[in-house]
Amino acid sequence: MARAELLRMRDIRIEGRAGDAWLPIIDGVDMTLHRGEVLGLIGESGAGKSTLGLAAMGHVRDGCRIAGGAISFDGIDLRAAPDATRRRLRGRRIAYVAQSAAASFNPAHRLIDQYCEAPVRHGVMTRAEAEADAVDLYARMQLPEPDRIGWRFPHQVSGGQLQRAMTAMAMACRPDLIIFDEPTTALDVTTQIEVLAAIRGIVAQFGTAAIYITHDLAVVAQMADRIKVLLRGREVEEAPTRAMLAAPRAEYTRSLWAVRTLERAARPPSEGGAVVSVRDVSAGYGGVDVLRGVSFDIHPRRTVAVVGESGSGKSTAARVITGLLAPRTGRVLFDGRPLAPDHRKRTRDDLRQVQMIYQSADTALNPKHTLREIIGRPAQMYLGLRGRALTERVRALLALIELEPDAHIDRRPSELSGGQKQRVGIARALAAEPRVILCDEVTSALDQIVQEGILRLLDRLQGEFDLAYMFITHDLATVRAIADSVVVMQHGAVVEAGPRDAVFAPPHAPYTARLLASVPEMDPDWLGRLLDRRDAGQG
Amino acid sequence: MRQIAVMVGQRLALGLLTLLAISILIFGATELLPGDFAEAVLGQSATPETVAAIRRQLGLDQPFWVRYWAWLSGALQGDFGASLANPDRRVADMIGVRFGNTLFLAGYAAAMAVPLALGLGILAALWRNSVFDRGVNAGALTAISFPEFFVAYVLILWLGQSGWFPTMARVPAGVEMSERLWRTFLPALTLTLVVTAHMMRMTRAAIINLLASPYIEMARLKGVSPLGVITRHALPNAIAPIANVVAINMAYLITGVVVVEVVFVYPGLGQLIVDSVSRRDIAVVQAVALIFAAAYVLLNLAADVVSTLSNPRLLHPR
Repeated sequence: MARAELLRMRDIRIEGRAGDAWLPIIDGVDMTLHRGEVLGLIGESGAGKSTLGLAAMGHVRDGCRIAGGAISFDGIDLRAAPDATRRRLRGRRIAYVAQSAAASFNPAHRLIDQYCEAPVRHGVMTRAEAEADAVDLYARMQLPEPDRIGWRFPHQVSGGQLQRAMTAMAMACRPDLIIFDEPTTALDVTTQIEVLAAIRGIVAQFGTAAIYITHDLAVVAQMADRIKVLLRGREVEEAPTRAMLAAPRAEYTRSLWAVRTLERAARPPSEGGAVVSVRDVSAGYGGVDVLRGVSFDIHPRRTVAVVGESGSGKSTAARVITGLLAPRTGRVLFDGRPLAPDHRKRTRDDLRQVQMIYQSADTALNPKHTLREIIGRPAQMYLGLRGRALTERVRALLALIELEPDAHIDRRPSELSGGQKQRVGIARALAAEPRVILCDEVTSALDQIVQEGILRLLDRLQGEFDLAYMFITHDLATVRAIADSVVVMQHGAVVEAGPRDAVFAPPHAPYTARLLASVPEMDPDWLGRLLDRRDAGQG
Repeated sequence: MRQIAVMVGQRLALGLLTLLAISILIFGATELLPGDFAEAVLGQSATPETVAAIRRQLGLDQPFWVRYWAWLSGALQGDFGASLANPDRRVADMIGVRFGNTLFLAGYAAAMAVPLALGLGILAALWRNSVFDRGVNAGALTAISFPEFFVAYVLILWLGQSGWFPTMARVPAGVEMSERLWRTFLPALTLTLVVTAHMMRMTRAAIINLLASPYIEMARLKGVSPLGVITRHALPNAIAPIANVVAINMAYLITGVVVVEVVFVYPGLGQLIVDSVSRRDIAVVQAVALIFAAAYVLLNLAADVVSTLSNPRLLHPR
């Protein structure tokens, strides 16, 4: 069935200001969308997905401009139309769902006030009608207490619920088109499922067309009829979802696919006992216990992945091992010898043996320091290197992380890409010549291709320097790629632990089963099957 | 609402404690002033005997804490004792009318300055970097950069010499309100010009600071008009910093208007405290200083309450 054309964008060129110059962000992209159709827009960060999505509303962010091309929405020329015309379309016929609902809801107003704003201002409904409609949509989005939740403030509602409330808000005027900008990226996998299912259901119910922006292939496979791949502001290819999944044409698309399949055989525990043992540790902040009787081992030359959703206590376990947080009860052993609970009471050599890499290299590296200072500091402090020896050591470390030493040694973090910054974080940890490195979500802020490079680097370094890794993550694809054993945590306790293949194979603890089932698969029918199974289970 | 009541109660108690500490400071500081009241009054005729007699008569020979206690217990009942310079007059009577005048002028100026500053700040944020924005900023900075007396004389030259407004702001008792507003217009306008800049610039900065927030972009993408984005989405989140600046400026209007009162011969507290200092009338100085301190404490309390009321995270915890 041929559907009417809704959105037509031709040869779109968008530029961003860099100093005095204008640099292209989107460089000649076409996009067409029919009524009721869902188009998936994927690519790495910086590919221009959000910019293109916002341009479909005739909107560009500050510091950007539309330099060329035509945008026509249902016959209205969005570039030529006056501001007032665009404002009448926005919220009423084209709506937007932002990546972080927590930041995109105004903290000063109740959800219902923000919901009613568009329908009442645009004259679509009266306030009373809008409120009644909101309760209906909240119920369809499967929010708890739909008749009450709207009267709460954003900070009183959880992230996953806010994301659904934002989708309901976008639906308020029954728009012809909704732009979803990474709506589930900030959510845990188990929460993501609920939001995906709710979005897919409501879009289908109202026959709304949608542009679904994401960097997650498996997610877009569930949501989109067609997929368009972007790379550095240009289109790589576009095809119906099933066709593209079955046979990606472009080399770049195939490389995106390959990352998902990175996998290494799990190795058995090494001989000679654990290098770090966490024994019955309970710890917390203030009066709240975050960890409750947690025990696990880190073996030399092996990787243990600690998985669980946010708030499950993964990072707190790392803080206890490093001595940043003293446990209330329990001990941390290093080579069978207890470590002081407080890092200030540990010897310099104990401190040197356990290093840490953080999720956000942006905030973990001092922006005022050059790489020479950042990487040189631990080598100086722990190994006493000075002068030429120190410089040589920093250069050797830069070479190890595959950054050209001469070109990079005097740069500051702001002059590096996200992946390069994370590599510097790795070099800083290596500089102390530790035996154990704790990696806290080190790849979750990175694009998939960059992630793969970091994971391969960590794997190579492990072999070269006999390192033990504790790898904190919520991404099970990462676990498959590097872990030898797995510790599953929930609500501050270990629910399952063991060799990777044993944990990933049935029978599972109930929480592990839910976590595994929640990881999106590339199969476009995966979400449908999962929901069917769940309905059957309840019915 | 109960939390707000509890919070206001706590802050009031803390404010009273602060005032107590301030009262000790005030009382102690006037002790440290060089010179002696008795010697100053007697001038040439000061002999050790007459000085001692006057000191005894006024109780100045008592120890510090005894005098402090007597003064404080009196002050708590609204009795600040007798004027040292003019023992027939009670300090409370001297202050009473003038305090009313000061509050009237401060209220008058605030009633003009606060809406003007908020309005200009909002418009400057809406049309930021436009000619309007630059003009308003330049005007406000000019007004705040000149000394108050200069602004006052310029206004007298323009609006007073032409006969539109009186340059002497005398307000006899029993004057009608409209007459009173007309007579005090020039000092009120001077003060308005002086305090508007600070509040206007804070309003503009606090709003612009929020315009990069994702929820502002969301409001724009819902089709909200530019003015609606600022008044409904940015302003409610900018109230706390604005309220604090407004409170500081209101306190200034009560405590810092000496020069303007002198220029316009307005019978307010500012003139009284200056006269009393030169006459070494410590009893009056202490009382006025305590009133000024109380004004600061109360206005800051009000700003805190407004900030709390504007923040749903504090008003409606999870």
